[in-house]
Amino acid sequence: MNIIVCVKQVPDILEVSVDKETNTLIREGVDSVINPFDLYAVEEGLRLKEQYGGQVYVLSMGPPQAIATLRQGLSLGAERGILLSDIGFAGADTLATSYTLAKAVKKIGHFDLVICGRQAVDGDTAHVGPSLAEKLGVPHVSCVIKIHEVTEEYMIAERITEDAKEKVKLSLPGLITVCKGINEPRFPSLKWKINAARTRVEVWSAHDIGADESKIGLKGSPTRVVKMTTPQHHRAGQMLEGPVGEQVADLVSKLRERQVL
Amino acid sequence: MTKCEVVIVGAGPAGIACGYVLAEAGVDVIILERGQYPGAKNMFGGIFFADQMNKLIPEFYTEAPVERFVAKKHYALLINDSEVSLNIDSEEHKKPPYNHSYIVRRSVFDKWFAEKAKAQGATIICGTAVTDFVWRDRRIIGVTADTADDDDNVLLADVVVCAEGANSMLSEKAGLRNRLSMRARCISVKEVIELGKDVIDERFGLTAREGAAYEYFADATPGMLGDGFIYTNMETLSVGVGVVISELYGRRNPPSPNQLLDRFKNHPCIRPLVKGGKTLEYSAHMIPMDGFRNLPRFYTDGLMLVGDAAGFVNNSICHEGVNMAMASGIMAAETILANRQERRYDARALRQYEHRLKNSFVLQNMKNSRDFIDILRTHKELLNNYPHLVQDVITSYFKVSDVPKSTVKRDISRMLRSRVSVVKAARTVMALMRGGI
Ligand SMILES: Cc1cc2nc3c(=O)[nH]c(=O)nc-3n(C[C@H](O)[C@H](O)[C@H](O)COP(=O)(O)OP(=O)(O)OC[C@H]3O[C@@H](n4cnc5c(N)ncnc54)[C@H](O)[C@@H]3O)c2cc1C
Repeated sequence: MNIIVCVKQVPDILEVSVDKETNTLIREGVDSVINPFDLYAVEEGLRLKEQYGGQVYVLSMGPPQAIATLRQGLSLGAERGILLSDIGFAGADTLATSYTLAKAVKKIGHFDLVICGRQAVDGDTAHVGPSLAEKLGVPHVSCVIKIHEVTEEYMIAERITEDAKEKVKLSLPGLITVCKGINEPRFPSLKWKINAARTRVEVWSAHDIGADESKIGLKGSPTRVVKMTTPQHHRAGQMLEGPVGEQVADLVSKLRERQVL
Repeated sequence: MTKCEVVIVGAGPAGIACGYVLAEAGVDVIILERGQYPGAKNMFGGIFFADQMNKLIPEFYTEAPVERFVAKKHYALLINDSEVSLNIDSEEHKKPPYNHSYIVRRSVFDKWFAEKAKAQGATIICGTAVTDFVWRDRRIIGVTADTADDDDNVLLADVVVCAEGANSMLSEKAGLRNRLSMRARCISVKEVIELGKDVIDERFGLTAREGAAYEYFADATPGMLGDGFIYTNMETLSVGVGVVISELYGRRNPPSPNQLLDRFKNHPCIRPLVKGGKTLEYSAHMIPMDGFRNLPRFYTDGLMLVGDAAGFVNNSICHEGVNMAMASGIMAAETILANRQERRYDARALRQYEHRLKNSFVLQNMKNSRDFIDILRTHKELLNNYPHLVQDVITSYFKVSDVPKSTVKRDISRMLRSRVSVVKAARTVMALMRGGI
C-alpha cells in the first residue's frame, strides 16, 4: 500500500497568545510543532504499511523550516519526505493549498491512500483534506476513528460525527482524514531517527510541480479575512447557598429552566 | 539492526571532537546525544580552554558563539568578610589567540561545534539516551537506546567511544570503573545572572569583548573542599560554587549546594559584583575528581572512554576539562583511524590509545597534579588556617596606626610562629610542588 500523509507545521498552541490590538496570533518566539492531528495521520499510515506493506511518504507545504516537521515524519518511519516550498505559495488559503498539494500528489504518481489530519489547529477549517480528494478525483471519508478492513479495492472506515458513528466503504485509491483517538502515536526509534538524519528532505518549487501561478498562494486564494475578533468568554457565575438538599433542588430547577435537563 | 563504523555516546566536547576527526577522514560515524540538541544538558563554569579547538578549527573564535575572551584573571582567597587576591591582567592575553581561553555558554557552543562535525559528515542523533552496550563474546559490539527490547533501538558498530561525561553510568556497566565514590565527584551549582553589558564592563573593568574569570577559594565554601567562581558572559554573569560531595556528608545539618551558593553570593566581597541582577537560569552538574591514581581503565574490547567519562579533568588550580576532553576525543579517533584497515578494535589494538594519552599533556598533567586533592584533604589548614593567617598578616601589616612597623613585624612573626609549624608548612608546600600544582 502506498500512502501519502499530508502534514503541516503549526505554532505550538500551548504557547500561542492573541495580540489584543490586532486580533492576530503572536507567533514570534513560539515553537513550531507538527499539527497534532497529523501525528495520528502519520501513525495510521505507518500501521497500514506495517500490516500491508508498501511505503509512507510525508508531504507538506510550508516555509523551509517546515523541513523539521518532515524530518519528524521520517524519524517515525516514513520513507520519503517532500516539502513544497516557494515564495509563490505564501498566503495560500485552503483552496490554493489543496490545489498545490494535489499537484504534488500527481507528481509523486501512484498512491493507494492519502491521509490527512482532520484539521490544522491554527486554522481549524478542516477543508484541505476533502478539497484535496476532490482535486485528485478520489472519494474521501473524513473524521475517521477506526479502520476495520482493507482490501486491494476498498477500505471500511468508521467515522465519527457529532451524534453518531458511521461505517463507510471507501473505494481505493481514496483519501481519509483522521481524528484523535484513532491510534496512539509512537515515539521515534533509533533506527528511524538515523534514517531521518541521513535522508534528504526533497524540496519542490511551484515550477517543479508544474503549478499554475494563478492558482497558488495569495493569487489563488479567494478567501479574504475581513475581520478578526477574539472570542470573549462570558461566565455568568452564580453561587447557590443553603443546605445541600435545597441547593440540589435549586440547581435542578435552574437547569430545567434553561432546558439543559 | 542498523550498523555503522563508530558509535559515539554523548555530544559534549569529547564526543564531538572525536566525531569531527573521524568524519573528516570519511568514517561512517554516529553520535548519540540524550539532550534535545547538543549542549541542551551541558553546563560548565566556564572557560573553554581551546588550544585543541584552535588546532582542529583554526581561528574558530572568529565564527563560534564565544561570549568573551579571558582578559583578566582574578584568584582570591575569601576569608570571613574580606578577600586577598591576585590579579593577572596581561596585554598578551588580549591578543589572538587570547591565551586559548574563551568564556562560552555550552548550550550554544556545543550546538555550534556539533554543526561543524555534521558538516564533516558526522551523523548526530539527539533526544536519544544510550542505556546499555550490546555484547558478543565479551566484546562490545554496539549500544541500545531508550528501550532495549526492540531491534529498532539497537545500533551496532565496529567500535564504540563513550563520551558520556561525569555521570559514568555506562563506563560502570562496561566494567571499566567501580561504582562512583562521593569523594570522586564534585557537585557544582551555578546561576546565570543578567546585568547587561554596560554594568558588567564597569564592575569588572572591561571593554569590548574582554572578559574576566574570578576564582575564589577558602571561605567560598567554608570549611569544605570546594571553590567559587564568577565568569563574565556578554550580558550575564555565571556565578557558582562547587564542593566535593563527600564533604556534604558526615556533618550535622549539611548545607545544600544552593545554600552554599546563596552564602557565596552574599559574601561582602561578592555581593557588589552580582547585586541588582536577575537570575535567568539555575543549573547543577558534576565534575570528576578521580585523580590520576584512581582513573578508570580507558578501554576494553570494542570500547574507549574519553573526556569526563575517563576522569580527564585537571583538578588543581587551573581546572582544565574541555581541553582534555577534546584532546582525548581526538586521540581516540586517531587510534581508530590507525586500526581501521584491519578493523581490529580489541583491547590489544586499543592499547595504542593509552600510549597516546601517556605521551600527551592529558595524562602528564593528570600525573602532575596527582596529589592535589589529597593534599587539600589531609592538610585542611590549607583551606582553613592558612588563608585566615594570610589575611591576618596582611591586615596587621597594612593597618594604619602609630605602632612602629618594627613592632608590627615582631607581632606578625610571633603570630606566624604560634599558628604555623614552619616544618609542616614547608612540607605541605613541597608536596604541592611535587604532585599538586
Ligand atoms: C561548574 C563547572 C565548571 C567547569 N568549568 C570548567 C572550565 O572553566 N574550564 C574547563 O575546561 N572545564 C570546566 N569544567 C569541566 C568541563 O565542563 C568538562 O570537563 C567537559 O565538559 C567534559 O566534556 P565531555 O565531552 O567529556 O563531557 P560533557 O560535556 O559532560 O558531555 C557529555 C555528553 O554526553 C551526553 N550523555 C551522557 N550520558 C548519555 C547517554 N547515556 N546517552 C546519550 N548521551 C549521553 C550528555 O548529555 C552530554 O551532552 C567545568 C565543569 C563544571 C560542572
